[in-house]
Amino acid sequence: MEHKNIDHILELSNELRWQIGDDFHDNLTEGIYADAAQIVSDSVQVDTSKKRFRLDRQIDKIVTSKTFGFPIMFLILATVLWLTIVGANYPSSLLAQLLLDTIHPLLKSGAAAISMPWWLDGFLIDGVYLAVAWVIAVMLPPMAIFFPMFTLLEDFGYLPRIAFNLDSLFKKAGAHGKQALTMSMGFGCNAAGVVATRIIDSPRERLIAIITNNFSLCNGRWPTQILIATIFIGAVAPSSFSSLASLLAVIGIAVLGMFFMFTTSWALSKTVLKGQVSTFNLELPPYRPPRFWKTIYTSLIDRTMIVLWRAIVFAAPAGAAIWLISNIHIGNESIAAWAIDALDGFGFLLGLNGVILLAYIVAIPANEIVIPTILMLTVLVTGLDAGAGAGVMFELDSANATGAILRAGGWTLLTAINLMLFSLLHNPCSTTIYTIYKETKSIKWTVFASVMPVILGFIVTFLVAQIWRIVF
Amino acid sequence: MDTKVKSACETCVHFNADGLKKLGINTTNFDFVVALAGNPNTGKSTVFNALTGLRQHTGNWPGKTVTRAEGGFEYNNQKFKLVDLPGTYSLLSTSEDEAAARDFLLFGKPNVTVIVADANRLERNLNLVLQILEITDKAVLCLNLMDEAKRNHISIDERTLARDLGIPVVAASARFNQGIPELIHTISEIANGNIICKPHRIKNVPNNIENAVKTLSAEIEKEFPNIPNSRWIAFRLLEGDTHIINALKTGELV
Repeated sequence: MEHKNIDHILELSNELRWQIGDDFHDNLTEGIYADAAQIVSDSVQVDTSKKRFRLDRQIDKIVTSKTFGFPIMFLILATVLWLTIVGANYPSSLLAQLLLDTIHPLLKSGAAAISMPWWLDGFLIDGVYLAVAWVIAVMLPPMAIFFPMFTLLEDFGYLPRIAFNLDSLFKKAGAHGKQALTMSMGFGCNAAGVVATRIIDSPRERLIAIITNNFSLCNGRWPTQILIATIFIGAVAPSSFSSLASLLAVIGIAVLGMFFMFTTSWALSKTVLKGQVSTFNLELPPYRPPRFWKTIYTSLIDRTMIVLWRAIVFAAPAGAAIWLISNIHIGNESIAAWAIDALDGFGFLLGLNGVILLAYIVAIPANEIVIPTILMLTVLVTGLDAGAGAGVMFELDSANATGAILRAGGWTLLTAINLMLFSLLHNPCSTTIYTIYKETKSIKWTVFASVMPVILGFIVTFLVAQIWRIVF
Repeated sequence: MDTKVKSACETCVHFNADGLKKLGINTTNFDFVVALAGNPNTGKSTVFNALTGLRQHTGNWPGKTVTRAEGGFEYNNQKFKLVDLPGTYSLLSTSEDEAAARDFLLFGKPNVTVIVADANRLERNLNLVLQILEITDKAVLCLNLMDEAKRNHISIDERTLARDLGIPVVAASARFNQGIPELIHTISEIANGNIICKPHRIKNVPNNIENAVKTLSAEIEKEFPNIPNSRWIAFRLLEGDTHIINALKTGELV
């Protein structure tokens, strides 16, 4: 590229800048607005005679009011989660029945018929296929319900109202009010939430938003929360209240996530990321009735399927890896058994167990596969081998069957609660970590954003476990 | 469900003579580049989807599009590459999220710029429109959300507006695909030079500034005879925009 000598132009502009004075920017802006006003006065007419009932304003008065703003937010969150929990149950067990009870034995007998070697049969069918089938059965139904509902809310225009309601809290935390929007996007996917932080101008506040986005329970973690809450928390309550109890538990975790987001934001803005809160304006757009079927279609085809596909892509190799570490022996124990034994002590301190910790290591690529990994490890390692397991666990009611496996693996209510906490407080998935790096261009902050939540998770689960063991 | 009544234009042979092909993300061997600019939450992504047949997710909140999305369509055997830019209120600020849009309009040199404006908030939207018209003289104003404007009893005289702005104005409700065929036709006419725009230039600036801008832009044109937007460059130089100074030095703007 040829470099131009533009010194004389720059000199002239410096000279002229002195002549026109400081008001240049304001004068120009005023000029533009004066032009705009003139043009509009000639071409736009507003019929003020028909005073219309402004529905938008009436809705806003309620959903952003001091009294009703917060309760309505929680009510909406609760409704979405309740519909997800209740609605996902039936298709989940149907899918489990089809993929695990019907197709899995068929594949096994098919493999036996063509006398496939045991290791290939185990690797492909008990490893790769089972992991994928489990991911589909566990993930697809809640996602297919949660995503469209979230998208409908987004299209309706509710997100900016959340930002409006939470603004003062963010300000107190030393963070940017638009972080409410990126937080909400994080409920869908943390990687998307991190990219969305570009709407925040100030680098300091944007960094806070990126680091704390992981505290928004993402779509890969909702199913874990819902499943564990249904099995363990719901079971403690009387049966008529069980879905309410599990609902409250999941909301509790989500709200706890927000609490951690605010406290971490506050701590960051008081220590390493000190600075002023910047002002901004955010339009409250008019409510637009979503185009219902189009939104459902788009969010099912584009969002749900993309996320599910990603889960499958990560689950298949993870399934293979799980099968391998469970079947390759060092001495008289499998690698998985060695690892679980090694992690068990630390796991006990945290109120978890070695299986869960190993599952979180295997599942770093994608949060979605944590539960399937835990199930497979539990089945493959704790005596229930895959063949016998197939008969024991894949019953009609998948949630109950899953509970049976986990209890057989020595799970208690404490394990369940701490798993829910640890699912909230641990490192972001690999996609999110990579996105954080791309957005911050800083290894330091990427490492911080990845490690900080795990440490927090260790501390919280450790404390809960100790207190629990003292009390009970 | 939507039961869409086809407008007379949509069934007219002129629109479908050579057919419109939505090319999705296939943007190879395009003939023209079309930029989609406008204020946040005016429906740029909806217009983008309507033109390309893509299903880029659109949310009802300002700032939904943070990255540049690209897609394409074919009209009368010519391929158009469409670039959906993040929404911006102004080209004068230096904020990070508006940079993508600003840089593309200045350095990407689109053949046609579609400026999407909210018909309900035209006056405020014109702030950006008038700035873009300082940069490019191949633009069309897509007056979107006309359905909402109608509900709000706002009527807009599109002809007067087009005359005042010096560019074609197309009224649309992109959500319902209304006005999209007209928009495509207009884009094609501008790209092929059948419609010549005489864009409005900012008038209400004090005389001393106007004179300074004239002097400076004359000097710029001496050095860069082919520069289409010397007046805008002069505005930015007077503001001391280092980004533009560097671009001038490296010759990126020509």
